[in-house]
Amino acid sequence: MKFGVVTFPGSNCDYDAFHAVTEILGEEAVYLWHKDHDLQGSDVIILPGGFSYGDYLRAGAIARFSPIMQEVIAHAKSGAPVIAICNGFQIACEAGLLPGALMRNANLQFISAQLIVRVETADTLFTNRYERGDLLRIPVAHGEGRYVAAPDVLDALEGDGRVVFRYADAMGNLTPDANPNGSERSIAGIVSDGGNVLGMMPHPERACTTLVGSSDGVRLLESILARVEA
Amino acid sequence: MAKFRIAVHITPRKGLLDPQGKAVTDALHTLGFQSVTNVHVGRYIIIESDAYDAITAEEAVTEMCKKLLANPVTEDFEIESAVHA
Repeated sequence: MKFGVVTFPGSNCDYDAFHAVTEILGEEAVYLWHKDHDLQGSDVIILPGGFSYGDYLRAGAIARFSPIMQEVIAHAKSGAPVIAICNGFQIACEAGLLPGALMRNANLQFISAQLIVRVETADTLFTNRYERGDLLRIPVAHGEGRYVAAPDVLDALEGDGRVVFRYADAMGNLTPDANPNGSERSIAGIVSDGGNVLGMMPHPERACTTLVGSSDGVRLLESILARVEA
Repeated sequence: MAKFRIAVHITPRKGLLDPQGKAVTDALHTLGFQSVTNVHVGRYIIIESDAYDAITAEEAVTEMCKKLLANPVTEDFEIESAVHA
């Protein structure tokens, strides 16, 4: 399977994502420059973390209009998989691939920490190698990760089983203290209406080997292989 | 065609948590401005543009706000009347 990792000016997790796919998962990956119009036959697109366009105006607001995004949006609309991590999540929301928006962390601080994320559903393209309720140790690194959406949108996300990850404590409980950025309903990750676009603030690509403290992100990538190759 | 200058105010949507506004409110209280009840921190954007008339310029900026300058989920925008630049 071929993964396309988009590089915007200011992306800084593209190498991590590329490494996770090629070295850990053992699959093919290519970098896709933001000015290109060609996904080079990629089956899965990764919108990586970073500070595309310096976060000017709003995080993700400018990147959304990059030439490559027209292809990424078409790829997503065709039902093909897109993983949008951190700044990628912000871009996907700005582009309308996912509902809601990501605002300044409630405590106004940039948070760089290894946190615990609870798997809310294993019934997705991205989580079928986990069990519901699994607690994953995955790092976050963001200043604008507070997920917000209108109450009816949040209700629909929950009702449709599209909330994929929530921030939890070590016991798996949702508490204000375990919610690092003040996200509505402790939401850390969601999928699109069609289930093929995943947006999440935590960085699974940075949790792919115990050498860096956790390999809990590997099964996310394996889930895609399992589903697409099935 | 004439040159116009259009200013846009973009503010966090009312009702959404505005931690930046809250932090500034607290700082003003610390400075002794106890009368301050609320602060909202947004953006002020000045656009200079060619247009046939002020109405056309304002309509274009409204579109710009909807498509890029403001986030429809989290922000409100208000456009000042276009003035000749």
